[in-house]
Amino acid sequence: MFAACADPKSIEGLTWAFCYLTSGKHLDFYWSFLTVLMLLAITAPAALALGFMGATAARSQALPARILGKTYIAMVRGIPDIIFFLFFVIALDQGIEYLKHLAVCPSGAPWPWQGLEFRVCKEAKVPLGSSSAFWHNAYGFALAVVTFAIVFGAFAANVMFGAMQAVPKAQLETAEAYGMSNAQVFRRILVPQMWVYALPGLSNLWMILIKATPLLFLLGVEDIVYYARELGGSKTNSYAYPHRDWRLIYFIGLMIFYLTMTKLSEGVLGRLSARLSQGQATAAGEAMRRAGA
Amino acid sequence: MKKLLLATALVGFGGVALAQDVVRLGTEGAYPPYNFINDAGEVDGFERKFGDELCKRAALTCEWTTNEWDSIIPNLQSGNYDVIIAGMSITDEREEIVDFTQAYIPPASSAYLALSADADLMSGAVAAQTSTIQAAFVAENGMQVVEYATPEETVAAVKNGEAVAVLADKDYLKPIAAESNGELVLLAKEESIGGGVGMAFRDSDDAVREKFDAAITSMKEDGTLNAMILEYFGPEAKTW
Repeated sequence: MFAACADPKSIEGLTWAFCYLTSGKHLDFYWSFLTVLMLLAITAPAALALGFMGATAARSQALPARILGKTYIAMVRGIPDIIFFLFFVIALDQGIEYLKHLAVCPSGAPWPWQGLEFRVCKEAKVPLGSSSAFWHNAYGFALAVVTFAIVFGAFAANVMFGAMQAVPKAQLETAEAYGMSNAQVFRRILVPQMWVYALPGLSNLWMILIKATPLLFLLGVEDIVYYARELGGSKTNSYAYPHRDWRLIYFIGLMIFYLTMTKLSEGVLGRLSARLSQGQATAAGEAMRRAGA
Repeated sequence: MKKLLLATALVGFGGVALAQDVVRLGTEGAYPPYNFINDAGEVDGFERKFGDELCKRAALTCEWTTNEWDSIIPNLQSGNYDVIIAGMSITDEREEIVDFTQAYIPPASSAYLALSADADLMSGAVAAQTSTIQAAFVAENGMQVVEYATPEETVAAVKNGEAVAVLADKDYLKPIAAESNGELVLLAKEESIGGGVGMAFRDSDDAVREKFDAAITSMKEDGTLNAMILEYFGPEAKTW
């Protein structure tokens, strides 16, 4: 991309390193860090929302909601992540195309599952075969986000279910004695107090989520692990920048990235925990009260 | 004048056809010089140039996409792309689940790459990429096979001693041996496996397959295919 890099085979030393590190593929590599951060930024709130709904459903008084919530938690928690990722993404993809097939394909179109092939008419492809590579990537990324959110939502639901049970019963009874309705008790007493119990479990989940992002690679999204492996592999003269096997260096770079992410998260979560403990009837809250007094 | 009008009309129709038929070509992108991702982040190599020429001749708009080798056939069947063009040898086993065009690279020899020319293939495991004809060949011939997901890893396995040798297409291994400063050598023993390299399609996609087949025939006839093979695989490569 720079004039000095026009002929990579003739340059060496620092210029070579500079040109190598700014090659198109390296720029894609740097962008893929954003992909990972974006996945975290979308998945975390989505999983939290799903978890909250799951936990609320699991402790609901209505039987169908309770069954639904508990089944969701048990099923997703019980299936190994990798299997879930391999199965669910394909099922989701084919499910979406099947629904679109029902809506837009001309009547009389053949049943999409034909032996080993899954085939819908051209108009029912998601995204359309004629759309640009960007949409294909975006669709793959969206499928990954949904899958991550469902898996981590189930774990979050379990954590929050436990946290809701941990709020002292006396608090809820007192609220009822003041004449609050069920919904009011839930909104004003239970939810605000539950977070402090949920936080240790949720922060664990966040750490696991950070470390699980390389699963993206499994779903065909070109993430940092894909690029590290691709760029680090030894290159022959077919490539503009031939080099030996440098995978170790690239993976050390990834390690530093992941360690920095966890270190930063620990700091933020520590502060959040201190804030939530304030005024709570927990050991941490009590210690803060004494220190202040 | 009439001819000119006719030509314009034809070009116009051609343009319409171009806009409608987008064919997605799936490749592995990790098997130079057949196909690889170049430093600009684009698919490159023999198959890129060959595929683009085919699409031009068949008047199709093509888009390139990459997929891991182990899932390249399942993802063709689930419709993620329409063609596999990834140095895939035509075998009876694959012929049962996908349809191939005629071969565009003649049956080429597979070679062993090892640390020394006198390596004993029976003394340890032989590395090969998963689901390749070479992996099947090693297993069938009484050698111990160790499989890896990418070609790169099979070579790394030989370098760090996990395998005595790697069996792969000679055209892939030759530049690696040549540029290793004598660390890696090709064994004299070579194997002749597979029925040439072809493009794979879903069984139900006969119309598109025939278009590509016709384009391959035309490239074989006017010699452009041979020139391309020589350009990418060196002067000793087998041609049509």
